[in-house]
Amino acid sequence: MIEGGKISSRKQGMARLILRRFFKHRLAGLAIGVLIILILSALFASLSPYSPTEQEPINNFKPPSAEHWFGTDELGRDIFTRILYGGRVSLTVGLLSTFSSILIGVIVGALSGYYGGWLDSILMRVTDAFLTFPTLFVLILLGAFLREQPVLWLKNSVLVVIVIIAVLSWMWPARLVRSLFLVLRERDFVIAAHAVGSDSSRIILRHILPNCLGPILVSATLQMAYAIITESGLSYLGFGVQPPTPTWGSILSTAQVHVFKAPWLAFYPGLMIFITVMAINYIGDGLRDAFDPYVIHTGNN
Amino acid sequence: MSTYALRRILQTIPILLIISILLFIMVRAAPGGPLTAARRNPNITEEQIQKLEEQLGLNRPLPVQYAEWVGKMLRGDMGQSIKFRRPVSEMIGERIPNTLILVGFSFLAALLIAIPVGILSALKPYSVFDYVATTLTFLGQSLPVYWLGLGLILLFYVTLKNPFNGNPLFPGGGMNTFGKEGDFLDTLWHLMLPVTALSLGWSAWYSRFLRSSMLDVLHEDYIRTAHAKGLSERVVNYSHALKNAILPLVTLMALDLPSLFAGALFVETIFSWPGMGRLFWDAARGRDYPVLLGVVMITAVLIIVANILADLAYGILDPRVKYD
Repeated sequence: MIEGGKISSRKQGMARLILRRFFKHRLAGLAIGVLIILILSALFASLSPYSPTEQEPINNFKPPSAEHWFGTDELGRDIFTRILYGGRVSLTVGLLSTFSSILIGVIVGALSGYYGGWLDSILMRVTDAFLTFPTLFVLILLGAFLREQPVLWLKNSVLVVIVIIAVLSWMWPARLVRSLFLVLRERDFVIAAHAVGSDSSRIILRHILPNCLGPILVSATLQMAYAIITESGLSYLGFGVQPPTPTWGSILSTAQVHVFKAPWLAFYPGLMIFITVMAINYIGDGLRDAFDPYVIHTGNN
Repeated sequence: MSTYALRRILQTIPILLIISILLFIMVRAAPGGPLTAARRNPNITEEQIQKLEEQLGLNRPLPVQYAEWVGKMLRGDMGQSIKFRRPVSEMIGERIPNTLILVGFSFLAALLIAIPVGILSALKPYSVFDYVATTLTFLGQSLPVYWLGLGLILLFYVTLKNPFNGNPLFPGGGMNTFGKEGDFLDTLWHLMLPVTALSLGWSAWYSRFLRSSMLDVLHEDYIRTAHAKGLSERVVNYSHALKNAILPLVTLMALDLPSLFAGALFVETIFSWPGMGRLFWDAARGRDYPVLLGVVMITAVLIIVANILADLAYGILDPRVKYD
């Protein structure tokens, strides 16, 4: 009991220390705020008086005004509303594909780094093969493939996009986790755990993995930025999430056609991608500082 | 050295094997395969389809078909475009130089920006310059290339005009003005916007990488030794520190090639640049699978070759790398 209490209080202290260090990075704190606003606005998108899909051709190509904050598109739909709904897709794809790719990466990296030997050789050759794939090309190819299959669930293009982004981006976290495991498995506390008879799964999950948390979180932010840019890019090219579901990429894609007539159509969806990705990048930077014991906080001076 | 090179090349064999198997699966799974049209035709009976399968060798065991497919690939036979009825290898061959011009110039531009910025930031860390540069690299890294491309077209093609003749400041797309094909200066003029769009993100990424790599190196013992020997600041910074700091960049750039080609695809699409990316995008919209698979294969091979070259270059540049 006493021991457990001690450990948990020490853990809390660690978490508090990391949080304090994180918020010392002022831009990272600001970025968290921005991301929360983005998530909330996507969650409460239905509060908007306009529909994201209903067409009102009389009102097409209205420039931004008090009524339509970001203007209207070629079918008279309110861009602001469509961007709020689009945020749902972008953020969902970002979060879920990041989670899946980190999960695959951690499993592959942990097995590879912990056991080494032939398992490591095989897993790393597969990782290398995936790394040399021209990812975006394969994404487009798969996007085109899967949508022609007569399987019903594949028609849900959001899911297709999440899966193919995850399948083509787990290699970076896998390499990272492997390199961390290679170092940590030689450390004294792991050898001690072996000595008291802990089995491998316990050592991997309870002893080594928690020590990899910082770098994994940082790489998760990179993955998420990548996933959001990629999803938007795929939808922009017409091979991601399919209309009428609005996404930032597909709004940008239709806007491109009318870019000379109504430049604001292209401005706002791109701006949203830009802001979101930048916020995530800054959060990653803050996490890197927070978890790095050697960093000097001079950025705030 | 030669044994190292040989081993490095041998190491890629399993990678090529895995990639080729994955691609073969895709070829087989591709809708619109060789018999789709025949299957949709009500006048063709099941027996005739079976006969066709036999003729095309589609009923043989998969490993045999795979071996044959690999053999064809090695001979450069990637099949025919469904839409254009032309050999895929020929179509890709026409486009590769254009993509390489675009990617090459963007690469050069990115390095020309990234190297000085990275060095200056690292030599004066936490200075005003460093602070501005770091902020700008964050902006540059977060800019989606497709949005940047559209913005550049809006600004330099639509809005800003040449004050002398009222023409757009820069061309909004294509590789040459009509009737000026093969004119290098004209191509260079057409390259301005696409290269800007493509190189901005990389220059941000590379300069940030070089900054942190240079900062690491500056704390090494041999830098202190160099200072202690009384070498000038310039010699220490440039011939000791920079040489070591720039090495990891070689590996990073090679590993980054897939995203480089991805960026090129967007830029080629936006600026109608007649490269491989544009070919790929057109083929994807027309579901021209032989072309799609051909482009994926060629880019994969290009990336693998570049990775081997980068590793070999690393071995030559860094004598600490042992070859045995």
